[in-house]
Amino acid sequence: MKISLGKWLLPVYAILALTFLMVPIVYTFIFSFNDSLKSNIAWRGFTFDKWLNVCAVQNGAVCEAFGNSIFIGAVATVAATAMGTMIAIAIVRYKFKFRSATSLLLFLPMATPEVVLGAGLAAQFLSVGVPKDMTTIILAHTMFCISFVVVTVKARVASLDPALEEAGRDLYGSPRQVFMRITFPLLLPGILAAALLSFALSFDDFIITNFNSGSVTTFPKYIYISATRGIPAEANVVASAVFIIAIVVVVTAQVSAAARAKRLAKLS
Amino acid sequence: MAFAAFATTTGPGEETARRRSPVALLLLLPGILYLLLFFLTPLVSLVLTSLQAPSVTAEPGVYDPAFQWQNYVTVINDYWPHILRSFGYALMATVLALAFSYPLAYFIGVKARPWPLLQSLMLVLVIAPFFISFLLRTLAWKQILSDESFIITSLKAVSLMAPDAHFTGTPVAVIFGLTYNFIPFMTLPLYTTLERLDVRYLEAGTDLYASPLQVFRKVTIPLSMPGIVAGTLLTFIPAAGDYINASRAFLGGSDTQMIGNVIEANFLVLQNYPAAAALSLILMSVILVIVTVYIRRAGTEELL
Repeated sequence: MKISLGKWLLPVYAILALTFLMVPIVYTFIFSFNDSLKSNIAWRGFTFDKWLNVCAVQNGAVCEAFGNSIFIGAVATVAATAMGTMIAIAIVRYKFKFRSATSLLLFLPMATPEVVLGAGLAAQFLSVGVPKDMTTIILAHTMFCISFVVVTVKARVASLDPALEEAGRDLYGSPRQVFMRITFPLLLPGILAAALLSFALSFDDFIITNFNSGSVTTFPKYIYISATRGIPAEANVVASAVFIIAIVVVVTAQVSAAARAKRLAKLS
Repeated sequence: MAFAAFATTTGPGEETARRRSPVALLLLLPGILYLLLFFLTPLVSLVLTSLQAPSVTAEPGVYDPAFQWQNYVTVINDYWPHILRSFGYALMATVLALAFSYPLAYFIGVKARPWPLLQSLMLVLVIAPFFISFLLRTLAWKQILSDESFIITSLKAVSLMAPDAHFTGTPVAVIFGLTYNFIPFMTLPLYTTLERLDVRYLEAGTDLYASPLQVFRKVTIPLSMPGIVAGTLLTFIPAAGDYINASRAFLGGSDTQMIGNVIEANFLVLQNYPAAAALSLILMSVILVIVTVYIRRAGTEELL
């Protein structure tokens, strides 16, 4: 009796813990179907209306904020992924001076609370006299994404077998050809993972954005502003849709990676 | 995810022959310059701002360069409860998140090893909260646990809660919110170390007549130390600086305000930039001291 209890304790706990983590997600999803009026607190009946007319509420304020977040996320992701990937390659492959200073400069942004990063940038923009708008948000997001890109891509560069590139050079590939045909394709999964992470970080960032956005509204900022007077169900629709897309992308990646691992195991 | 990569910085093959080449400089330059310009210089701006004095014209929100170090004394006098509260709440949330995450990460990383697909799917569920807006999931808890909610009215009906007690707006609610929101940051690094834990060490412990509890204390915990250190730091740092959970519109009340709330209020509402800058630097220095001491004591310096 005692043994079977010990055996089941952990799995049961894991199920309960994972269920607990899902509670607010399920709540947000259910309330995206609420036939609510201005605020979305009491349940007033089921409707698909909010999903079909997301942009109708408040002259499209939700959609505008969402569009801004997508745009900022896309630009910051491209910039941070490019710079971060280059740094990752340099750190793993090359010798250079100030290596430990470089590591520290890359580590510190991840160890600094967001409120300090946000206030610091805002103080700098203020003292230089730069007005806060879309550009300042993008500059801020790119900054905090770089370190995360470096960490993610570095692992991939380190696991890349240099013999493959050597083989390319032995077969008279130019440095450019070796990079485009061998290095880059092999690094691509790591680069894509880093880009997805950057986008997710940028899309959900509120604290740094709040300090550097001026009058521009992003999706999290829209929720913050509306929190006191009630958030329309349309915001739940946008959040739920983003959630579903993200889960589909991640699960597809996991399942295809598992399938590839199985195929490779069969080959060897 | 990258958070987990904290615990796995030195991968295999990292020590392969590195070449010296001007290419390295070209690769590093854009990103490093960017961080110098948008991470390091802002910190310098913060230092300068924190020492500014009100302008002689007495215009609100305008400050002159100065060396007014008394700003630090003023903010500590005014806001020491907020500073203490931030670190207290963050510590509580970190301990709770560790207690919550360890058994979960142990199950996914050790017990579920025979089923890799189950492992991946459970990990997806662990990071799933990241995919729904941080603010919306905190607001969802506010509504799930509001005074009129099913859970709170039931607790009151069975007298587990006093009839006039509240959940939202209390320190308990803020610590609860911080714990929930940062659990994935704790679970992921714990999972990465536990996943690589060699179970033969545990078997050896059992063979040497150690009780399950002794094996856990003397073998499992020390072997998973890198994950514990990474997870506690990744939870503690953002929790100490957070101001969403403690904000009145979310889970907090007027007596739960943290240092992040007063930095935001001073910077964005009161336009008292020197106070906000001084508070930010106090927060950052305390965190850096804690992180350094903690990493030294835990003996996991290779994390950096």
